[in-house]
Amino acid sequence: MVQHDKRITIMTGHYGSGKTEFAVNYAIKLSQFSPKVTLGDLDIVNVYFRSRERKAQLMEMGIDVISSSIEGDSVDIPAVAAITSPVRDKSTRYIVDLGGNDTGTMVLGRIRPLLDLSETDFFMVVNTNRPSTSSPEGILKEMKSIEAASGLKVTGFVNNTNLIRETTVENIAMGDKILRQAEGLSKVPIKYISYVEEVLHEPLPKGLSGEPFPMRFYMRKDWM
Amino acid sequence: MAKVLMKGNEAIGKAAIEAGCRFFFGYPITPQSELPEYLSEELPKVGGTFVQAESEVAAINMVYGAAAAGARALTSSSSPGVALKQEGIGYITNADLPAVIVNMMRGGPGLGTIQPGQADYRMCVKGGSNGDYHNIVLAPSSVQEAVDMVMEAFDLADCYRTPVIILSDGLIGQMMEPVDFHYAPKRELPPKDWALTGKGDGQKHMIVNLNMDAEDCENHNIQLQKKYVEIEQKEQQWEEYCMDDAEYAFVSYGTSARITKSAIDTLRKEGYKVGLIRPKTLYPFPKEAFKGKNIKKYMDIEMSMGQMVEDVQLACNDVNKVVFFGRCGGIILTPEEVVEFAKSVIGGDK
Repeated sequence: MVQHDKRITIMTGHYGSGKTEFAVNYAIKLSQFSPKVTLGDLDIVNVYFRSRERKAQLMEMGIDVISSSIEGDSVDIPAVAAITSPVRDKSTRYIVDLGGNDTGTMVLGRIRPLLDLSETDFFMVVNTNRPSTSSPEGILKEMKSIEAASGLKVTGFVNNTNLIRETTVENIAMGDKILRQAEGLSKVPIKYISYVEEVLHEPLPKGLSGEPFPMRFYMRKDWM
Repeated sequence: MAKVLMKGNEAIGKAAIEAGCRFFFGYPITPQSELPEYLSEELPKVGGTFVQAESEVAAINMVYGAAAAGARALTSSSSPGVALKQEGIGYITNADLPAVIVNMMRGGPGLGTIQPGQADYRMCVKGGSNGDYHNIVLAPSSVQEAVDMVMEAFDLADCYRTPVIILSDGLIGQMMEPVDFHYAPKRELPPKDWALTGKGDGQKHMIVNLNMDAEDCENHNIQLQKKYVEIEQKEQQWEEYCMDDAEYAFVSYGTSARITKSAIDTLRKEGYKVGLIRPKTLYPFPKEAFKGKNIKKYMDIEMSMGQMVEDVQLACNDVNKVVFFGRCGGIILTPEEVVEFAKSVIGGDK
């Protein structure tokens, strides 16, 4: 359960894995249990679909959002703001939404020396329908490059296998099968299995790894 | 093959490879940079060549060279970058060479914004280079359609020996959607017996751009126009949505058309008889789609200030029937404002 995860939760993964949608949903879920939640949008890779686009909505829910200090949708320079204060502020749960791949994790260099690893989770969001993470080997290769770039060890996988609105339970189960093999090889546990409730027409099958984590589309508009 | 989830820009890169493209020349610009990034990884794996050129101008002229040698070559950019390529596009067109150019449009004019836009319609459909020419222009509305159109674009380019432009926008480029890849040529493609592949024992080939004689130049223009007549007769493509009993019709392409479809679903639930004509080819503009339609008003919806309006007016042959609503500069339309606009046009005429 999100309230039992460590105080600082960093979301990483291959780009297109669904990190941002998961991070936004995670922050909203967490805000139901924690009085103070901060979402750090440290995505210096993507130019569209960044969690800062939902800043107003998240702030209304009581979630503090940190993003670039240079305001404007059209800013695509890798600038981030006061990302270290929630690391020091022990009273806040801090969710960090990184950009994709090893490149996206480089921004962690700023907070890495300040992190207390005993209070930090480093979750790797995986969608096995993405070509580069469609096999256990691909997932581990991606994980190693992210770990090398960030200096952190992945502490849990999030099975976010989906085909957007064409997602089926069979598809999620296939993702589970692949990710379990990656879990076996890496000894990194599958923490969550995330899915958007409105697109699934059947309940999740029993016996899948990870805690079920139902989500809503926050980043994707109805017509997308 | 099972579907995979890909970003529009990457999917276009893969589609190009599947269609036999082995040469890419380009220069980074948001929001299309994932396309060259993807091809820089993937083209060498299939024996292809990726070159990050020193500029857009250099890139399009490298395409010119590769095309002259008979290769399937691709370049991509976004609005201001495509503006830079215009001279080369004109040269390739004049040289009767096939090439594919992807434009992931963003807000303009000038450097504009990095957010999506559709304000390059005139530049790409009417021609941003000099002379009497057209390029075939395809306008995808989803990542899957972008894949299919890129594959078809290479065939169209080879079939007619002309550049083909994929006129998309940053949203399609950046959006993740499930896609599959099935390259199935629909046209008989002529041999490239004109290509500069080294004379050897064969015939001498020449590809020229400068005409030394005005009469020759005019004759070449006449040949180009014959090509365009054939393209206009054979290659118009469009989609109709809820048009069977429609009394009012939207005309919209690409991302705007997706938003418009969502607006139509809302309007239909409220009893409005509205439909959509979605041009899939912008050149040739699908004039055929407008024939025999009994439509009271055509509502042109774009993420520009109305660059397609004149084509809709010509297609329906009635200037007064066409009204326009759009946003620009990188602002994405919302279905709600399209609904509101439609109601202001239709009034109580349900």
